[in-house]
Amino acid sequence: MKLLTGNDLKTGFVTWWTGADWSLHIEDAADVGEAGEAILAVEEAARRVNAPYIIAGEQTADGPRPAHIKDRIRALGPTVRPDLTLKPADPAAGDWVI
Amino acid sequence: MYKYDEYDQQMVDARVAEFADQVKRHLASEITEDQFKPLRLMNGLYLQLHAYMLRVAVPYGTLDSRQMRMLAHIARKYDRDYGHFTTRQNIQYNWIKLEDAPAILADLASVEMHAIQTSGNCIRNISSDQWAGAAADELTDPRPWAELLRQWSSFHPEFSYLPRKFKIAVIAAEEDRAAMRLHDIGIQIVEKGGVHGAAFYVGGGMGRTPMIAPLINDFVPLDDLLSYTEACLRVYNRYGRRDNIYKARIKILIHELGADEYRRQVEEEFAHVKSLGIDPPKAEFDRIAAQFAMPPLDASASDEIDRSDPDFAVWVDQNVAAHKVPGHAIVNISLKPLGGIPGDASSAQIDLMADLAGKFSHDELRVTHAQNIVLPHVRKADLFAIWQALDAADLATPNLDLISDIIACPGLDYCSLANARSIPVAQKIAQRFADPARQRDLGELKLKISGCINACGHHHAGHIGILGVDRKGTENYQLLLGGSGAEDVSLGTITGPGFDEDGIVDAIERVTDKYLSERTDGERFVDTYRRVGMAPFKEAIYG
Repeated sequence: MKLLTGNDLKTGFVTWWTGADWSLHIEDAADVGEAGEAILAVEEAARRVNAPYIIAGEQTADGPRPAHIKDRIRALGPTVRPDLTLKPADPAAGDWVI
Repeated sequence: MYKYDEYDQQMVDARVAEFADQVKRHLASEITEDQFKPLRLMNGLYLQLHAYMLRVAVPYGTLDSRQMRMLAHIARKYDRDYGHFTTRQNIQYNWIKLEDAPAILADLASVEMHAIQTSGNCIRNISSDQWAGAAADELTDPRPWAELLRQWSSFHPEFSYLPRKFKIAVIAAEEDRAAMRLHDIGIQIVEKGGVHGAAFYVGGGMGRTPMIAPLINDFVPLDDLLSYTEACLRVYNRYGRRDNIYKARIKILIHELGADEYRRQVEEEFAHVKSLGIDPPKAEFDRIAAQFAMPPLDASASDEIDRSDPDFAVWVDQNVAAHKVPGHAIVNISLKPLGGIPGDASSAQIDLMADLAGKFSHDELRVTHAQNIVLPHVRKADLFAIWQALDAADLATPNLDLISDIIACPGLDYCSLANARSIPVAQKIAQRFADPARQRDLGELKLKISGCINACGHHHAGHIGILGVDRKGTENYQLLLGGSGAEDVSLGTITGPGFDEDGIVDAIERVTDKYLSERTDGERFVDTYRRVGMAPFKEAIYG
């Protein structure tokens, strides 16, 4: 699958294209398939998100998972500060990154 | 400490207003990201993995308790309650919102701070010896010269768009505590015939092509220091490789020209620059220097330290250094607690250090390039009270310059340039060598970790260095031995094939075990490595 991601213009937070809007949660990310470049062009023009780009990923039982570790860390948060990730109550959340 | 005059304040306030307007226009879509990016970078605002990151300048690592409290305030109000002290003696905040950036810069300006020139191809924050003005071994306080260079380089129109970023360090002691020769220009204040001058080392640096700066001039009269620096920059600005980012640093230019030819061109340029009259009148330098006067320390204060508490005694032995005034000492606060993140401090810890500076260190603190904090002017009689306060805040780890006093860049946990995580490796190494007695037995051992070839974690200069790389999508760690950023400067050598995260920790333990079996009396790790060479260590690592 292919995912569209970027950083929110105002906050800089990592954000994912859901098919209709942007979400902070990778679980909401949609497979943009071959439409990625077209969506990217529209969203770049809309200027809500900084530097959007398309990445490879896979659909897993837990939801979309980026292929590269950098994007998995972007999706979750720093592995060394579980309290600052999007899943602060899950001490094993970092396993998803590695 | 230097206090802004009206010109300093006007410059910073004007920049805050200018940037606030730029942010407003960007948020209103009046300027694109491509247009806005160079503007935000000029104000230290990067876009990193999780959010915007703001890098705040701490000139030559010196700040007062009011400024330190402001750093805590920013962490608490605008970030996630902590800051990260860096190898450029700066502080970074990792979770800044763009819409908050103008307010943060205004808060910083209210205490004579800013984020100007902490990014971009300009002259960056001038770094210096964290013990400047206090060290027992220094010739003079190098900070007035660092401050002069700060003023000269701030918004310097000719040097705002250099071929690449440019880093200057100024020291005035034989012991190099600032990695001076690994800077684009390293200046050491020296003495010849009873007169002070400046030795210029130009063309050092780390990154993908590490080089030790050659000596370009062993004695520049201090009256010519600015002119000579300007001449060094002008030759670089004229001939530096703007066509190739990987060859754009001054070290490449000097390597290609040769030090002799570069020196010849600098001398030629200097003859011209000197005629321009840019060096300040003595009265202006004296005005700056007067602000770095030693605080009123009582030289009759007692040198006695009650060492009856064994934990306190260990901390004194490891983290307290000699001060030039009897009865006083330099306190080094480790930001490397066991299992912690090197260089990170919570807002409460930053506030506490500010309080201790106000109460015990004549209101002064320093940030070190090793990502620790210094209280430079402390009465020995106050050491126990300071230690108790630090200990209660998890700031009294007695590991200065030991294997767990690790320099580590933010790595892939935060940095968009990184290829591998640095912090978890640092934490695992610290855990492996957690026994304080074992660390002390190993002695001085500087371990430095970078998460990519840009070398923010100074891995080339580590007695043991680690470089994180991306090997087919997985993190891999190369091991280097034999580097040093000190007066015995050297570049580390890669041992061989890399390791995974657990493998690199095992490899380091094999290296330290080999050191213990090979060392002779008084030899530090790096001394043994230099004596016996790589071969026995390689044998120990790879079999």
